[in-house]
Amino acid sequence: MDLKEKLVSSFLAFENKGGLDLDSNVHTLRLKAIQNFENEGFPSKKDEEWKYTSLKPLLKHDFSLFPSGEKSVGFKNIEEYLINEIESYKLIFIDGVFSSFLSTTTHDECDVCVLSSALTRPKYKMIVDNYFNTIAKGNNSLAELNTAFAVEGAFINIPKNTIVPKPIQIINFSTGSEKEVMLQPRNLVVVGENSHVQIIERHQNLSKNTTLTNSVTEIFVHKRAIIDYYKIQNDTDDSSLIDSTFVSQKQQSVASVSTFSFGGKIIRNNLEFYQEGEHINSNLNGISILSDKQHVDNHTLVNHKFPNCESHELYKGIYADKSVGVFNGKVIVQQAAQKTNAFQQNNSILIDDGATINAKPQLEIFADDVKCSHGCTIGQLDESALFYMQSRGIPKKEAKALLLYAFANDVVEKIKIPQLKTRITKLIAKNLGVDLGFEL
Amino acid sequence: MSKFTEDDLKKELETKEYEYGFYTDIEADKFPVGLNEDVVIAISKKKNEPEWMTEWRLEAFKIWKEMEEPEWANVNYEKPKFQDISYYSAPIQKPKLDSLDQVDPELLKTFEKLGISIGEQKRLSNVAVDIVIDSVSVATTFKKTLNEKGIIFMPISEAIQEHPELIKKYLGTIVPTTDNFYAALNSAVFSDGSFCYIPKGVTCPMELSTYFRINEGGTGQFERTLVVADKGSYVSYLEGCTAPARDENQLHAAVVELIALDDAEIKYSTVQNWYPGDKEGKGGVYNFVTKRGLCEKNAKISWTQVETGSAITWKYPSCILKGDNSVGEFYSIAVTNNFQQADTGTKMIHLGNNTKSTIISKGISAGKSQNSYRGLVQISPRAKNARNFSQCDSLLMGDQCGAHTFPYIECKNKTAQIEHEATTSKIGEDQLFYCNQRGINTEKAIALIVNGFGKEVLNKLPMEFAVEAQKLLEISLEGSVG
Repeated sequence: MDLKEKLVSSFLAFENKGGLDLDSNVHTLRLKAIQNFENEGFPSKKDEEWKYTSLKPLLKHDFSLFPSGEKSVGFKNIEEYLINEIESYKLIFIDGVFSSFLSTTTHDECDVCVLSSALTRPKYKMIVDNYFNTIAKGNNSLAELNTAFAVEGAFINIPKNTIVPKPIQIINFSTGSEKEVMLQPRNLVVVGENSHVQIIERHQNLSKNTTLTNSVTEIFVHKRAIIDYYKIQNDTDDSSLIDSTFVSQKQQSVASVSTFSFGGKIIRNNLEFYQEGEHINSNLNGISILSDKQHVDNHTLVNHKFPNCESHELYKGIYADKSVGVFNGKVIVQQAAQKTNAFQQNNSILIDDGATINAKPQLEIFADDVKCSHGCTIGQLDESALFYMQSRGIPKKEAKALLLYAFANDVVEKIKIPQLKTRITKLIAKNLGVDLGFEL
Repeated sequence: MSKFTEDDLKKELETKEYEYGFYTDIEADKFPVGLNEDVVIAISKKKNEPEWMTEWRLEAFKIWKEMEEPEWANVNYEKPKFQDISYYSAPIQKPKLDSLDQVDPELLKTFEKLGISIGEQKRLSNVAVDIVIDSVSVATTFKKTLNEKGIIFMPISEAIQEHPELIKKYLGTIVPTTDNFYAALNSAVFSDGSFCYIPKGVTCPMELSTYFRINEGGTGQFERTLVVADKGSYVSYLEGCTAPARDENQLHAAVVELIALDDAEIKYSTVQNWYPGDKEGKGGVYNFVTKRGLCEKNAKISWTQVETGSAITWKYPSCILKGDNSVGEFYSIAVTNNFQQADTGTKMIHLGNNTKSTIISKGISAGKSQNSYRGLVQISPRAKNARNFSQCDSLLMGDQCGAHTFPYIECKNKTAQIEHEATTSKIGEDQLFYCNQRGINTEKAIALIVNGFGKEVLNKLPMEFAVEAQKLLEISLEGSVG
């Protein structure tokens, strides 16, 4: 039985299992979603959007959809994956199940809690009705699949005029209690007018077992609100991640999503921005540093619908060994979106002969008074710069790492949480195989 | 003096009708509509083709029947009905002509209207013209001069008779019959085209040129061009097209194959100005062209195109850089107006070491048109030190049109260096203001800016063609080009 059949057939059991006292609306949504998924199935390489990424190697696994055996995970096991240098709210999920013991939630000035409670409690019914599955709907079959099975994930609701004092960390762990496991976390973030929040998201496999995560995050940013969202993707070589993030922005809001892809078997990021007002600023940043046979596919979309908005996109990639990098950046400027400024840049360095980069920076422009540009380069390290450093006593490996770090630094500089910046810097050093602080 | 503003220009662009939309009334020998094996055989018979050619066509037809019309391009149109087209139409002509005087005066008038009087060209521009009107070559000039150098330049139908060994060796090697839907169709039913062979070490002394025209209403034109440049030779080939205004959509599916052997260089320039349809988007030519060139060692192929006509353009002149140190170039200006749709670009396939490619694409959209650039730069794992530079700029005039870019970059070698940049803009108010401030009126300023925008490409056109190219830009964007 292939994975699609398995998913479709286990859906009924999943629905009947009940457990959750769900609103009937949510049931309808799920039913619709599973039907859509059944019609469309998993995307194949024949789909233009999946031309360079094949899910085939993943689909042959016999994934367990509802991991049962709960393995006890203590703080010690997960400590290294958290950023502990700062105070933060934490939402920790172990094999898709919320761990209240490890987490720090709040309901004081804002709601930082879990989706399951939001879906069942009448208090949140309005929010769920208004937001849940409104932008993820009908977008792609994998998001539909997630909707059908969505039970758990982060629910973050920031009311008007609130500056969340601490960053929020959302971490999904898989413990390897099952041999092959598929997780489908679902996050919903609503940022009210004039509010500000910073979120760090991470997926981590604690074992050597195979994991496939199909994650969907919906983010709603209201007038003049600011959100910084960081994604750390530094998982084991047996873990794959399909991450769909949808951002809907209202006027004068600023949303930034930064993706740091350092590890994993296959990572696919669908990042989509929809601008629903004027004077919006959208920022998309990313660094990919890959080795071995890792495969990272960054698919971004910025849909400019209203005048006077901006978008800035900057993706850097360093590809070693037999790794494959894919970048597809689509910018749509609709007819009404006059005075749009949209910039997109994608720079890649290939370190080894087996590495591949497939880039497709795409512009679709229907308005005339706009400034849109994209730049895409693929190249190598500057030999003379390497020689310069070597001639001054810096070993080749370190010299190389320094140059690569400098290359990636444009994106690192944009991180607004200092402790996170240090962490990312360390991760970069580790991935470049050197022991440098880069704080020279 | 009344001020000429961008709005005026826009209005003028919209109302500007196709100037070359006339129809020459010549008796034509025409096949009934429809396509089946018999038609393919009949076309082949008509041309007195040897058996191997007939079989080649039938094979292609078989492949075509199995294929489906591609739909990936960013264009919308009513699909041509392949059974409603007549696949062969030749002006009824008396036997081969020795001089221009014998050519049908109606035909000559047509050329005169186009501003390409053969006589004048003969005298002034040193261009040998192999004129193709609706499928059959009518006049071939300068043959003698070329003969002395050993250059073969003749209609492909004659070449099949006279140089079967060359045709057999090269035809369909670059664009195989299985390549795509329209290439297969062309292979099955192509009526004529040009064949050019430059022997070893010969530099062709003049620009070779062919004018294609679709003349008879309701006939599709399926041209087949094959240019072979032997080792160390050089040729510059020009192709220009204008078509009369017809209401029903006309289909054009040409195939062009270029082969540049070691150290050879081919420069292929196109000016395309087929009937784009009227203001409402009614009528116009469907232009689905497959153009591809192969570069052996140290060879160079350069495509230059000015695309101003056709309702639908779908065209990707490509270079396969097979040999080491080979060079591919692509320079393009595509202008779309009213309801025109263009999806054009190039493919640069780097296979050899030290291969270089340059892509400069300029799109200008006005009215309600859609202009797309679609390109591929592919570096194979064994292509060391490949270098690519791509630039695609779009200029939008008015808020009803669209500009799109779909660049694909696939790199599998670490020594490759690839740069791609694209910009989209309109004629800036500050740019206009700057010009006005210095005493240049708005009309002149727009002309200046559009000219400057396309200059990189216009500069690449051969002298003889640059004049015509400017004329065509004038038609498409009159008022904006000085």
